[in-house]
Amino acid sequence: MTWVNIIVQGALLGGFYALFAIGLSMSFGIMRLVNIAHGDLIVLSAYVALVATWYTGFDPFLSLVIVLPVMFGLGYLLQRGLLNQTLSGGLLPPLLVTFGISIIIQNTLLEVFGAQDYRLQEGAIETASLQTGGFYVGVYPLLVFAVAVACIAALQFLFYRTRLGRAFRAVSDDSDTAELMGIDNRKLYALAFAIAMIFTALAGVFFGIRTIFAPSSGPIRLILAFEAVIIGGLGSMWGTLIGGVVLGLAQAIGAALDPTWQTLAGHLAFLAILIVRPSGLFPRTRD
Amino acid sequence: METVRVDRATRASRIFAVFAALALATLIAMPWWGDAGNMRLVGEMAYYLALAQLWNLLAGYAGLVSVGQQAYVGLGGYILFYLTGVWDMNVYLALAIAGPFAGLIAIPVSFAVFRLRGAYFAVGTWVVSEVFALFASLIAVLGAGSGLSLTPAILREISPDRDTRDIILYLMSLAISVFVFAVVYLLLRSRHGLALTAIRDSERASASLGVNTFRTKFIIYIATAACTGLIGSLIFLQKLRISPEAGFSINDWTVVVIFMVVIGGIGTLEGPFIGMVVFIVLRELLADYGKYYLILLGVIAIAVMLKAPYGIWGWIIQRFDLQLFPVGRRLALGLTGGPTDSVAKI
Amino acid sequence: MTLLQTHNLSAFYGDFQALFDINVTVEEGETVAVIGANGAGKTTLLRTLAGSLVTPPETVVFDGEPIGHKTPHEIVRLGIALVPEGRRLFPSLSVEENLLLGTHSERRGPWNLNRVYQLFPRLSELRRLPAPSLSGGQQQMAAVGRALMSNPRLLLFDELSLGLAPVVIRDIYATLSAIAAEGTTIVLVEQDINRALDASSRFYCLQEGRLALTAPTKDFNRAAITAAYFGMQGRAG
Repeated sequence: MTWVNIIVQGALLGGFYALFAIGLSMSFGIMRLVNIAHGDLIVLSAYVALVATWYTGFDPFLSLVIVLPVMFGLGYLLQRGLLNQTLSGGLLPPLLVTFGISIIIQNTLLEVFGAQDYRLQEGAIETASLQTGGFYVGVYPLLVFAVAVACIAALQFLFYRTRLGRAFRAVSDDSDTAELMGIDNRKLYALAFAIAMIFTALAGVFFGIRTIFAPSSGPIRLILAFEAVIIGGLGSMWGTLIGGVVLGLAQAIGAALDPTWQTLAGHLAFLAILIVRPSGLFPRTRD
Repeated sequence: METVRVDRATRASRIFAVFAALALATLIAMPWWGDAGNMRLVGEMAYYLALAQLWNLLAGYAGLVSVGQQAYVGLGGYILFYLTGVWDMNVYLALAIAGPFAGLIAIPVSFAVFRLRGAYFAVGTWVVSEVFALFASLIAVLGAGSGLSLTPAILREISPDRDTRDIILYLMSLAISVFVFAVVYLLLRSRHGLALTAIRDSERASASLGVNTFRTKFIIYIATAACTGLIGSLIFLQKLRISPEAGFSINDWTVVVIFMVVIGGIGTLEGPFIGMVVFIVLRELLADYGKYYLILLGVIAIAVMLKAPYGIWGWIIQRFDLQLFPVGRRLALGLTGGPTDSVAKI
Repeated sequence: MTLLQTHNLSAFYGDFQALFDINVTVEEGETVAVIGANGAGKTTLLRTLAGSLVTPPETVVFDGEPIGHKTPHEIVRLGIALVPEGRRLFPSLSVEENLLLGTHSERRGPWNLNRVYQLFPRLSELRRLPAPSLSGGQQQMAAVGRALMSNPRLLLFDELSLGLAPVVIRDIYATLSAIAAEGTTIVLVEQDINRALDASSRFYCLQEGRLALTAPTKDFNRAAITAAYFGMQGRAG
């Protein structure tokens, strides 16, 4: 029974990691931008939710009404105002600028909130569990997994069944020609990043409910998201989900052997897959 | 009869060489005219400069933008503490081993991270550093989460007297900085340096010309790891304690180093000097304001990347066509034997 | 009326100058050919007109408006569309999605999906297939259709016949005539001189970035063109 438990926990954990990864995967897929500040933006979202709950008395889920638009707007401005200028300079500018943003976010949060841990309180759902087939499944992890799946499905719909999604795919294929067809790349990139931020903000709130967070919590989120994307293979959203699940399983197995080995087990699985199958499990991009 | 000569030095670089020698002599003499606080600061600057030169070599010349060099800083420190603490090894021997051993560890690491390119390579190196930190925190003999301390006995091996010890450590930091700089400088002056510049400018083109890009990058990565490990061992020798968090701290060893190189001028030898000075000045000026100096550093780095991607020195090169450390080659045309002004630049 | 005019247009790729003081005029409704050897600057000229290269505003004037500095997407919205060299269809999109991409300029006009399928019936059968699975000729048709969907007043063709079989080229040029008959102004860059001159009423010949010759096609002199094409001034005859 315990092994089934481990697999279920690991898979559900994977839903979390996939949720972390969606925003990162989007910005890479559409803009070829690896956002080093991604993890910090997840944490920033959690802090925004925290402040929202302080001032409005909303619970964290309800605070999404505030957090999502705020992060959407921030993302649009960030891309339009700053990141768009880095896209034509080669490898270094986007990397270093997002690195700079990461440091700025972390240290500003540190100055404003201090180094102590916070958590978003959602109440009973955090510990509720369902009983199926002789073992318990947490309701919250199940919810997060379902949200991750719903988000990916929504994105697939956006990409393949809408005009905007068609433009995203065209720009991802060939941004020069897309511009020659009348697409305003700068606006499109800003919109793409803003949409990615919606998913990032969702991830932040769900994360903040489940775990304590502090200004320094960003980098490890980036690494987890990154590992999920690479394991799953660049360019495939469903691949990212599977990558997250693989990562979650590796961590769950590691944790079962010894709780302090959890994160390490995930990293080692990532490195192993990297060596054996560098393009991931379901790669799709043409680079 | 006209001959063509390939000049390495420029007039500016010759003048500068004199100044540099004088400055170095002054620094070496510091134990006689400075106090312990000054020596500690200059020593710190020396380490940062060395780390910056190495990161510049890796990222600015070999195109390997690593965000994980802190892995080797901590590794060097842990090797030193382990060998002296657990194996009772002589401290100088341990120091001598730390660097090469870090380089050895870098070999299997490179097999994993070289699978990735660009920004993915960067995050991959970060993952490796996290793995090192996690291992260190889990292994009991390495002190697990709380780390290791240097025993007084080890320090006495360097010198029983505290003042003498400070002087020795200071001179060692200067020596390592000069050594690393010399290695980087000679490398860039050599044929390999030319290969690196070619790779940096266009990897495909240089590969098609027969430059073995993989082997060159591999060697640079291993050599940089070894030197970084050596520096790490010296840094933690001075700090007397090491822990996973301190040893593998990305903020302490990578963030500031990257900012130094970027602000000073990536891909130039002069850049890291300038960047290091800017960083230290900022940090000392804003010392009372908590983390604001880091925020400001981030803002400056972003501004530099967007407006002046070649950094302060890059801007100076553009305005004044200056090169202080002669790694380029200039064609000199003129009569046999006589000194001439350069005509063409390579 | 004059639809497009360039005034001493020069274009640079970094430090490299690709066009030197080009003066070109295109009247509404004409088909003008631009010929020249490889590297003469033909593609550069089209890319400049389409906005991929930035030049001082007054160097390119479209319908009286200076556009040299405008971005490609702004220029498409004004009514200039490019059929790029090598087709450049979007590989992730189906044929129909590629065509629909052309509507992002939001220009009104006679061209829509049905009309494009009427012009290229074969495309209608292939509409759901991914673009890369089409043959060269079919891709070219799709690329032309995509440009048409933006309802341009001026259509730029870059190397329409490149890499295509002769019978396919013949079909494509037949549709070109149909498009021209609608009143669309066309600038046609071609390496195949005969095709280019057959389809156009005037031509310009570029050589190493400079205008070497221009004349109405009915007046063309084979020898003069050869001389201008290969830069053998003073050796014509």
